Amino acid sequence: MAGTIAIKNGYVYDPLNDINGEMMDIFIKDGKVVNELSGADMKNAKEIDAKGKTVMPGGVDSHSHVAGAKVNGGRMMRPEDHYKFYQKRTPITHSGCGYTVPSVYLGGYEYSKMGYTTVFEAAVPPMEARHTHEEMRSTPMLDMGGYLVLGNNWFLMRYLKEGDIDKAAAYISWMMRTHKTYGIKCVNPAGVENWGWGENVGALDQANIHFETTPEDMIKGLTELNEKLGIPMPVHLHANNLGHPGCWEITRDSLKIPKNTKAKPNADVEWAETKKNAKRHESVYLTHCQFNAFGGTSWRDFESGVKGITDYVNSMDHVVMDSGCVPFGDATVMTGDGPAIHDLYVLTGHKWSNTDVECECGSGVLPFEYLKSNPVHSVQWAMGLEVLLYVKDAWKSIMTTDSPNGGPFIKYPQIIAWLMSNKARQDTFAECHKWAQDRSDLGAETREMDLFEIATITRANPARTIGMSYRKGTLGLGADGDVAIYDIDPKKLEVNDYESIIRGFENAAYTVKAGEVVSQMGEIVAIPEKNTFYSDIATDEDAEKSMLKDVKKWFKYYTLGFERYPTPDKYLANPTPIQVNAEK
Amino acid sequence: MADVILKPTGNFDLTVEAEIVTPDNFAGKSSDEIGKLLVWQGPAEYPLADYFSIEGNGGSSAEDTTIIIDGNIPRVKRIGQEMTAGKVIIKGSAGMHIGSGMSGGEIIVEGDADSWAGMEMKGGSIHIKGNTKDHLGCAYRGSWKGMSGGRITVDGDAVSQVGGGLSGGEIIIGGSVEHFCGIRINGGLIYVKGNAFRTVGAEMTGGTIVIGGCIERFTPGFEMTDVESDIKFNDIECPGEYKKFTGDYAIPQKGKGTLYVSCDKNECL
Repeated sequence: MAGTIAIKNGYVYDPLNDINGEMMDIFIKDGKVVNELSGADMKNAKEIDAKGKTVMPGGVDSHSHVAGAKVNGGRMMRPEDHYKFYQKRTPITHSGCGYTVPSVYLGGYEYSKMGYTTVFEAAVPPMEARHTHEEMRSTPMLDMGGYLVLGNNWFLMRYLKEGDIDKAAAYISWMMRTHKTYGIKCVNPAGVENWGWGENVGALDQANIHFETTPEDMIKGLTELNEKLGIPMPVHLHANNLGHPGCWEITRDSLKIPKNTKAKPNADVEWAETKKNAKRHESVYLTHCQFNAFGGTSWRDFESGVKGITDYVNSMDHVVMDSGCVPFGDATVMTGDGPAIHDLYVLTGHKWSNTDVECECGSGVLPFEYLKSNPVHSVQWAMGLEVLLYVKDAWKSIMTTDSPNGGPFIKYPQIIAWLMSNKARQDTFAECHKWAQDRSDLGAETREMDLFEIATITRANPARTIGMSYRKGTLGLGADGDVAIYDIDPKKLEVNDYESIIRGFENAAYTVKAGEVVSQMGEIVAIPEKNTFYSDIATDEDAEKSMLKDVKKWFKYYTLGFERYPTPDKYLANPTPIQVNAEK
Repeated sequence: MADVILKPTGNFDLTVEAEIVTPDNFAGKSSDEIGKLLVWQGPAEYPLADYFSIEGNGGSSAEDTTIIIDGNIPRVKRIGQEMTAGKVIIKGSAGMHIGSGMSGGEIIVEGDADSWAGMEMKGGSIHIKGNTKDHLGCAYRGSWKGMSGGRITVDGDAVSQVGGGLSGGEIIIGGSVEHFCGIRINGGLIYVKGNAFRTVGAEMTGGTIVIGGCIERFTPGFEMTDVESDIKFNDIECPGEYKKFTGDYAIPQKGKGTLYVSCDKNECL
């Protein structure tokens, strides 16, 4: 029977259930985790012998640029990214190419081969939601969702300035439903709007042109609205001044803004059984901390500023963040932060693109290569790892490369190796610029993560942070039957032999999605059904009516008609609305 | 030395992607085994023997293997791609991408070669006795990392984008070139004995270009620093008197490149 499987004798890591490498069996029936399978079920079930192997919930990536206009812009401007990295079609898979910006098919397959089953697109500009959904619909193997970019939205800036919270709330709910998106992304709040005038903002209290909103207004407003609406995930913040030496301070100060905002996620869902509280308590989810943690005052005295942020995060409970690691090699920088891309262009002279998403946000793309011989890049490599190693509680951090900004997601196994093996880090120090040693403290850090912590930062915590742990990131009773089985024997694991860690995580022995084996030792063996999640937030009807009047009036500033604005359901693969703030 | 002789016999209506035709792949294989290697034509793969008659076995190693293609193959692409050693002799004209990415060994084309010859090559040598087209020793589309080593010699003309993104090695053109010769190079040497049309050395930040003929439209952004005669780069001799420029100061503003232009043929400069 499809979707029914018994995974026997594996060493299981399920952090949300405090299971740390216990040898046990996992049973999945009709795509969901169950306690046991009856004799009749067992007859038809597939059985996997996972003896001597590591068993984890399917990987969850809570921040990756995999679909939409930006990613496609990267594909179009980078033919050189494609011609050396490609795969032939097979009877069940499409062909595909692209190293840092793979085609949608290849992206799905590559994630699945590494044991990932759920990936959330990091930034969906409202105007580009249709495009993003079209690409997500065509990305095989993965359950997906996307975060709506709202940090420089004209309507919200106006409502927040005027203090019209009800209309702002109605607007966010309407936008989430209209564009079928899942949570709030806030990119360089108030700054990207200024970029329309060739400027940026440099301080949290600097008001932007025309709207006269400050980054602080936006962060405060959005985080409060986020909890008022009960959205499953915290506000996803890409702080101001990103990529500039010394930006760590503004990042830390941004994190302070929502410290008194109480998390109130309110999704009407059935929760899988977990020992730990699977609900988030954070009011802000900082993304790619590494890029937001530059120290020094110029490129000459550039240094890691990670400690300033991790010290704060260690002392507080309202922040969770992902790392944005830099694994060296090719990358494609893509972000909603238009001015940051322009600064990179000035620095590198490389080809670049920039887009003003009318009335809403911006974006930019630029090819990049991180070199071990480059002093700044070497420090960035160290910083990405510092972020994860300095945060004492793994439940506050998530491993990403901000794919493909720091590097493509296919480098995750390499990052895991650096986190688990001090020798791996020391060997890389020997190969890269000495600034990595001199301008960061990573060299002195001896912490080596274990598989339980790796499982936490690659599946359990990403799922918990974005409010998906009711079905993802755990193997608790009732959870989705998404499992990754790696050919790593925890009893024999020797972290000094870090190549074996890389090999183990590169190609999962089995990736199981909803109880079906979908990839096996680097080969895609089945194309599963996929779901697309979005938040369907209950709203006050009157507020929505008067808000829509404003929106329609202002739609004259858009170049498309109001009727063409929403993303219809048909653009989504298995649209799965999550009822938020519904009256019970 | 073992010679493998390939005579074109097949239908080349659609171009054939023959990247497996290298001394590295032929070494240690019998002619039968070589004939069974697969090449793409359009959407499907077919054995090499469908296109060529094959005579002789590969040598014990790539160094010991010489591939002789006895005929014109303008519609067979990628011969010698990524080869590391050995020799390929084409007794007629070759298709696109001959020797692209090669890191060692030798390729001789007795006729013309199509575009992309020696694309991003790292070492070894290519000698084209006829003419060639665009993108000789150039970076792939979208990339600026071109040829980094080795030598390409063309007895005839090349067209546009010669040596784009060059960072090492030498390109010597006996005839003339057209547009964007040496665009964005940061190392290596390009020596064109004939004329160039325009945009020579645009955005160059290093390396050397020598133009023995006339540049129809000189690139703005260069500064004249000197006049030198009979310049020499190891074994490459460039006879005559040359005006020496540095640049390009226009866009990258890091003008560490050197451009020599014949005094006789460019009196107006």
